[in-house]
Amino acid sequence: MNLKGKTVKLHDMSLRDGMHAKRHQISLDEMVNIATGLDEAGMPLIEVTHGDGLGGSSLNYGFPAHSDEEYLSAVIPKMKNAKVSALQLPGIGTLDHLRMAKDLGVSCIRVATHCTEADVSEQHIGMSAKMEMDTVGFLMMAHMVSPEKILEQAKLMERYGANCIYMTDSAGFMLPDEVTTKIALLRSELNSNTEIGFHGHHNLAMGIANSLAAIDAGAERIDGSVAGLGAGAGNTPLEVFVAVLERMEVETGIDLYKIMDVAEDRVVPIMDQPIRLDRDALTLGYAGVYSSFLLFAKRAEAKYGIQARDILVELGRRGTVGGQEDMIEDLALTMAKEKGLI
Amino acid sequence: MSKKLKAVIIGPGNIGTDLLMKMKRSDWIEPVWMVGIDPDSEGLKRAREMGIKTSSEGVDGILEHVVKDDIRVAFDATSAYVHAENSRKLNELGVIMVDLTPAAIGPFCVPPVNLKEQVEGELKMNVNMVTCGGQATIPMVAAVSRVQPVEYGEIVATVSSKSVGPGTRQNIDEFTRTTSGAVEKVGGAKKGKAIIVINPAEPPLMMRDTIHCLTEDEPDQAAITQSIHDMVAEVQKYVPGYKLVNGPVFDGRKVSVFMEVEGLGDFLPKYAGNLDIMTAAGLRTAEMFAEEAAAGNITLPARG
Repeated sequence: MNLKGKTVKLHDMSLRDGMHAKRHQISLDEMVNIATGLDEAGMPLIEVTHGDGLGGSSLNYGFPAHSDEEYLSAVIPKMKNAKVSALQLPGIGTLDHLRMAKDLGVSCIRVATHCTEADVSEQHIGMSAKMEMDTVGFLMMAHMVSPEKILEQAKLMERYGANCIYMTDSAGFMLPDEVTTKIALLRSELNSNTEIGFHGHHNLAMGIANSLAAIDAGAERIDGSVAGLGAGAGNTPLEVFVAVLERMEVETGIDLYKIMDVAEDRVVPIMDQPIRLDRDALTLGYAGVYSSFLLFAKRAEAKYGIQARDILVELGRRGTVGGQEDMIEDLALTMAKEKGLI
Repeated sequence: MSKKLKAVIIGPGNIGTDLLMKMKRSDWIEPVWMVGIDPDSEGLKRAREMGIKTSSEGVDGILEHVVKDDIRVAFDATSAYVHAENSRKLNELGVIMVDLTPAAIGPFCVPPVNLKEQVEGELKMNVNMVTCGGQATIPMVAAVSRVQPVEYGEIVATVSSKSVGPGTRQNIDEFTRTTSGAVEKVGGAKKGKAIIVINPAEPPLMMRDTIHCLTEDEPDQAAITQSIHDMVAEVQKYVPGYKLVNGPVFDGRKVSVFMEVEGLGDFLPKYAGNLDIMTAAGLRTAEMFAEEAAAGNITLPARG
């Protein structure tokens, strides 16, 4: 693979996707510390939101240590060059949240829907574009449907006003060939000025390989997470990816040693558990299950005595999608009843 | 003489057609008109085949028939955008409006919780049925809050992709806003939150709902469990497929209930319990107006 001379924009997820791995309990100081480190390292975009996006604060997904307003207000004024993005899932967050984010200085809004439900994003993408923000349409669980379906949904988001479309491997299920096919189709069929992005999870250890495949097929933005801090086995570890891209002579504008230091000195120390491919995280990738289900399944295992792996496989079989965290306890209860455990 | 109240259904889509099929079985409401805006609409065609008068000129097309045909109740199954005008025009002619859109210009009605309130005091000319998620979950919030104060109520409605129409999709914020408002006003939670998740799995998944409440003090487990079972039985009177799958689960002050809603499968398939519970609740509400009018407890607007 020859990527020499290409330029790619990296987008850090540690303070949003990483919120899943931290049960949304990152402190304001930790967040500012990591964000300023990333800014100094030259990271162009940093996402700061509840793991489930603006308005994600809930019993269902977890109450965060601080509100989106508090996190954004703490981080944004400290940024010298980095832009801050916020995630928003229609059905969870609302237009009021978008206005709040804009007022606090968020410059990029990423509106996420399941990969077949893009038409719920019209209002939100429309408003973000109207407010002249960098507007991203984010198609989640993209492994579940064909490249043609992804393209159809991407075109809807493009029509609503998105200037960038992400093909998102929320389950960390994809292998590089699938990434290549899907990204290449988007690149050839969407408007030439629409950027293409890829967001991976490391559940089959394909974060780096898939991201390279995405760049090769035409993606210009790649999500990752410093030290991999993210849901499941984490996102593509950015310090590793920066080193790989440097070897391949791809321009990122990021200082490798500085981002290595942010990972080692600022992110690893705040982890509640090592972000690694344990058997449950591996099951997510193997069975194609939404990565943030991981800790919920582990908690259900502890509470009801049903193996997290069995719960996750069943969730995959049922075709559950992002946001259905409530299914996990429900299913664990049903399985425990069937086994006579409760 | 028949005590049935004559009705018009506005909007010949899935909801309107399902409502019509249920109404044909009602002892209290008689469907007379179905109104749409597209002369070629399948829904209007179906209605004609069922012996219902139709108009494709919107509400304006039936205004001249309202008094002549003694129309007393209207069901609006269109969209929040046009509801206010529909309601105003029909209210002027003395027609009570049952609003199945999330417009919520009238008081919220969730039958097992506050049906009777709708016929107390001054006659309500517009009642709103909240949302499908609201009808499925607010009874559970109310079942907890009638036992002890609920500081926070949160509902998660998961519905099949096929059962979510374009109106809901274009304005999904309206679902969250209207539902969370009703979790507070009708459910009795001090603060409410609503989440909707759309799932495209095939075969389509049954509507499922999770209800979480945070009680102010330690929950009275026995009383809450009893109250929830009683409330489930109340809902089952008009939605037989309303089912408690798991719970209540108590975790500190958190009370969680996991529900499934299977529809009757009249027009909409059984998985679309979300639409079924709306039409059933809307009809139940209108029936009560008819019952109360027949019993002389309320007086319908006078007609010359």
